[in-house]
Amino acid sequence: MAVISVEDLNVAYGNHQVITDLSFTVNEGDFMVVIGENGVGKTTLVRALLGLLKPRSGEIDIPANTKIGYVPQFRNIDEEYPLSIRDFVSLNSGKGIIPWLNKRERARVDRMIRMTDLTAIADRPLGLASGGEKQRAYLAQALLQSPQLLILDESTASLDNEMKYELLDLVTRFQQDNLSVMFITHDWDLARHFGTRFLQMKPNGYNEGPINELPEHEEEE
Amino acid sequence: MLTLAFMRHAFIASAFIAVVSGIIGVFVVARQLSFLTHTLSEIGFAGASFAVFAGWPALDGMILFTMLSSVLVGQMSIKESRREAVISAVSALFIGLGILFLSLSSQTASSATSILFGSVVGISINEVHQLIVLSIVVLLITLAIYRQLKFSSFDPIGARVVGINETLISVIFLLLLALSVSVAAQIVGSLLIFILLTLPAASAKYFTHGVAKMVVLAILFSLLGTWLGLLLGYLTNWPVSFFIAVIEVVIYVVALIYQNYFVEAN
Repeated sequence: MAVISVEDLNVAYGNHQVITDLSFTVNEGDFMVVIGENGVGKTTLVRALLGLLKPRSGEIDIPANTKIGYVPQFRNIDEEYPLSIRDFVSLNSGKGIIPWLNKRERARVDRMIRMTDLTAIADRPLGLASGGEKQRAYLAQALLQSPQLLILDESTASLDNEMKYELLDLVTRFQQDNLSVMFITHDWDLARHFGTRFLQMKPNGYNEGPINELPEHEEEE
Repeated sequence: MLTLAFMRHAFIASAFIAVVSGIIGVFVVARQLSFLTHTLSEIGFAGASFAVFAGWPALDGMILFTMLSSVLVGQMSIKESRREAVISAVSALFIGLGILFLSLSSQTASSATSILFGSVVGISINEVHQLIVLSIVVLLITLAIYRQLKFSSFDPIGARVVGINETLISVIFLLLLALSVSVAAQIVGSLLIFILLTLPAASAKYFTHGVAKMVVLAILFSLLGTWLGLLLGYLTNWPVSFFIAVIEVVIYVVALIYQNYFVEAN
């Protein structure tokens, strides 16, 4: 079953066409790698999928009950950021009118913190956490509402190699519940290691298919 | 001291002001709106002067001016690159207007002093009632949007993605801020509003890492400042605003020392 399908998508900033006639589908359980060099429109695509940007034409079809979790590339969390990891994760506890979290919501936050291996540091300020710990906290917040699709926008870019693999291993653990993943990256090794499908974006078009059909990266040859 | 009606009024009024400023202050600090709060206090000064000129209660003029301008100034200063210039321009304009209205009215000097520096001990029972109603309105609306306000203040990027209407929350918050500025001005005066709307919350964030705990601590710091300020003002006959300012600054300095020497050392 498709969690997102895109048909003939065109996105432009003013006169500058960024995405031209793009079509692809992400199915349940897919680990779709969106790969390409800087400036080919990967982040623009994400913004369009999240509804933060209006496409010029084309269709983005997301079934009504599909929730999307998103881990952005940048976040304004500096050393002085005051919230604890637990409080940061629990921000995504829904829009209810009751200000405090009920027992079920608290249990869900605890469970997510446990599943992202953050229990030992849950009460420490997020601002003082390491790069890897921060990414795990962002992941926990994005997954709190049990989304069907998780979009990771270059989320591993600031991590060292070992941490990158650890974070994505963690993500794949959540795929046991049929979570679909869209992972935006320009790291070809990670793409091949974790992806099941790929969408390669280029300045003048795109390729897509199962991961074993991902062409050799020019720099790799 | 509490046998005197005006002191009782002052203590009741400041309790409500402390609660409002504690809650709103936490979000002012998180949304980095301290400068805007300062501008709103100057707009409040112009509003109060206009009220004196028109023969209205000062609070009404303040509410009118701050509510009308808060959203406008908030939207104009969204771009960080021009925030300082916009805020300076607006401050200058409204201080100018305030001076104009005061000079046009007949009772310049004493009114100006009480608007700028507060006149809590002169607060009447009617004004206390008005203040309580306004505080309850601010608190109820804040509680109703608390979760969304919290998300969009402490993680605007995450909030946008889950579909929280940032513009709507921002407009509601600016209106709440305008009301809070008008309420808080009754006790510390328009010149010193930011003492209660920013310093207690800014201090609280160094002691705790949860939003609810920050709110509680900010309320306690505001309450400590206003009540102790009233007491010291009563005992010494010095201005209450002076004591409130000193107490809040001392708490902030203690918070900074705590952060630098105890938390970071661990």
